[in-house]
Amino acid sequence: MREIMAIEALREAFQEEMRNDKRVVLIGEDIGSKWHGAFKVTQGLAAEFGEERVRDTPISEAAIIGTAVGAAMTGLRPVAEIMFGDLIALAMDAICNQAAKIRYMFGGQVKVPVVIRTPFGGGKSLAAHHSSSFEAWFMHAAGLKIAMPSTPYDSKGLLKTAIRNIDDPVCFFEHKLCYLLKGHVPEEEYFIPFGEADIKREGADVTIVATFLMVHKSLKVAEEMAKEGISVEVIDPRTLVPFDIKTIINSVKKTGRVVVVSEDIKRAGITAEIASQIMEEGGFDYLDAPIKRVASLNTPIPFSPPLEDYVIPNEKRIAKAVKEVLA
Amino acid sequence: MKDVLTKKMDDSAKENNVLKENKGFKILVMLLMDVEKNKLIEMYRKLLELRRFEEKCWDLFSQNLIPGTIHLYLGQEAVAVGVCSNLNDADYVQSTHRGHGHCLAKGAKMDKMFAELMGKATGYCKGKGGSMHITDASVGLLGACGVVGAGIVIAPGAALSAKLQGIDQVVACFFGDGASNTGNFHEGLNIAATWDLPVVFVCENNLYAMGTKQSDVMKVENVADRAAAYGIPGVICDGNDVVDVYKTAYEAVKRAREGKGPTLIECKTYRHKGHSRFDQGKYRPEDEVEEWLSKDPIARMRERLLSMGILTDEDASRIEKKVEDEVEVAAKFALESPFPDPKTALDDVWVEESESE
Repeated sequence: MREIMAIEALREAFQEEMRNDKRVVLIGEDIGSKWHGAFKVTQGLAAEFGEERVRDTPISEAAIIGTAVGAAMTGLRPVAEIMFGDLIALAMDAICNQAAKIRYMFGGQVKVPVVIRTPFGGGKSLAAHHSSSFEAWFMHAAGLKIAMPSTPYDSKGLLKTAIRNIDDPVCFFEHKLCYLLKGHVPEEEYFIPFGEADIKREGADVTIVATFLMVHKSLKVAEEMAKEGISVEVIDPRTLVPFDIKTIINSVKKTGRVVVVSEDIKRAGITAEIASQIMEEGGFDYLDAPIKRVASLNTPIPFSPPLEDYVIPNEKRIAKAVKEVLA
Repeated sequence: MKDVLTKKMDDSAKENNVLKENKGFKILVMLLMDVEKNKLIEMYRKLLELRRFEEKCWDLFSQNLIPGTIHLYLGQEAVAVGVCSNLNDADYVQSTHRGHGHCLAKGAKMDKMFAELMGKATGYCKGKGGSMHITDASVGLLGACGVVGAGIVIAPGAALSAKLQGIDQVVACFFGDGASNTGNFHEGLNIAATWDLPVVFVCENNLYAMGTKQSDVMKVENVADRAAAYGIPGVICDGNDVVDVYKTAYEAVKRAREGKGPTLIECKTYRHKGHSRFDQGKYRPEDEVEEWLSKDPIARMRERLLSMGILTDEDASRIEKKVEDEVEVAAKFALESPFPDPKTALDDVWVEESESE
């Protein structure tokens, strides 16, 4: 099977979906023929589909999302891009008060099939305004579906589903350091449903639930642990809303020990939500140790490499947590 | 377009064509000679509908039959009616927190509106929206909006939809003077202007954002002056004169339909009541209130139609009685409607599978 990068997988998803449905329109800053997107995801799309459908916008995050929401309410299937995840703060009203609530407030009269894409994550010394992971904010706004793929395969399959098959607003979060990772992506068309976690590595002793780049770091830890005879299962939920708690509970029944790993900050982060769900949804009786959380420290993301490395979880911290739940 | 302006009125109408200076802005009392007679009568009927609906709301609210808060449209009726009388069924309207008038003017029905305001299951939003989110999507309403200025970035999206799908649709986007100070105003007008989208931005300048006087928070005298920053026309009209609003919006809607892009219309108007629930508007000087009450859009239109011989006193009374009866029937429907089953609070967060395409 061929291997391609996540940015290429995302681009393919766009090509296929835009060929399939004229109503799919891309809106964002510098996504067109001059710049091709800050991370080159949209390279070549304006050339194939025209600048009417791949629309460069002013630097107006609120208008990018607001316009996409208005367009989604009235017949288009827009995909809006915010160049960096931190900048999504400029569009919070349009996302959390409008897109998320419109269908509900109006008693189901309309649907808002908009996809909002943005990259989160640090590790590139881009400092506090270009490195955050804000997925918890959106998990807390009722009415948004949330995908956060870690691999090229998941990126393409989930994006295609978000564009074609989901009529609700979708926050489609990407990770800057996952963009250039290569992975298997089939030539033939496929879709990945929301709400289905993926077991990235099977194991028997400890369950790691991880997202984004933390999936890859956890897999490295699992590899190392295997050498010591510790069998680690790594589960990537892939979508936060809907959330596949069943797959995780089934794993907990087997291992009895859980580490939840995420790059967003620990306080009120997604690791807290996931740990609580494990306790409430049937995991408690099977646990042999308290759940451990590994997440970014409760600071903004700093600039200097040693500082940034200290704040964001690394393999060492994940391994330490695994050892602790096994102790 | 269906509202062709053809009707020639008699010469006496010309006496109404007076240019007045008033409170720093000009009120052009428009000639009625070219607006269709039936259109004028229908606009008068609509004005009354908005007025009586809101008066009934106030009555129901005072009896604690409407929960929460309401922002009454009393006094501003000419704006919604004048603008929406230029729109087709397929056109869109983006409304505000003070949105009852926009809904009615675009064709929403009073019974389901009253029901929504009372939180009943038969309301437009099944009791989930209330006054600040009331909407009837089937008549092109994009929704009332509780966040001041938020609709200004949504309206261009609906216009983009129309443009890209090649559908002849215009979006009228209402907002207040307060909203023109939000960042959304800048982003929304700029993107709509840049993309030549068919939007008519309608600022209802009622001079106060809650208790804050417009002139205390804006260095420019008119909201319309801001249009220059976006390279689009900015037009001021008398928001208490339904015919002036109608004619101003006519040009803006025409421009939008022809693909020439958005227009910013500023309608100078005034709310008769306070901002919301218990606000009595005491921050407004008495003489100012008096002056504006004397420019009541409904009394003015009635007087005009009578003086022009379009309506007799008897005709006018008959229309008024009919509207009053309709309001009572609609309110009765709402009063007799059941409250929603609490469990329905869980519905409508997501699109059901069965509704997916």
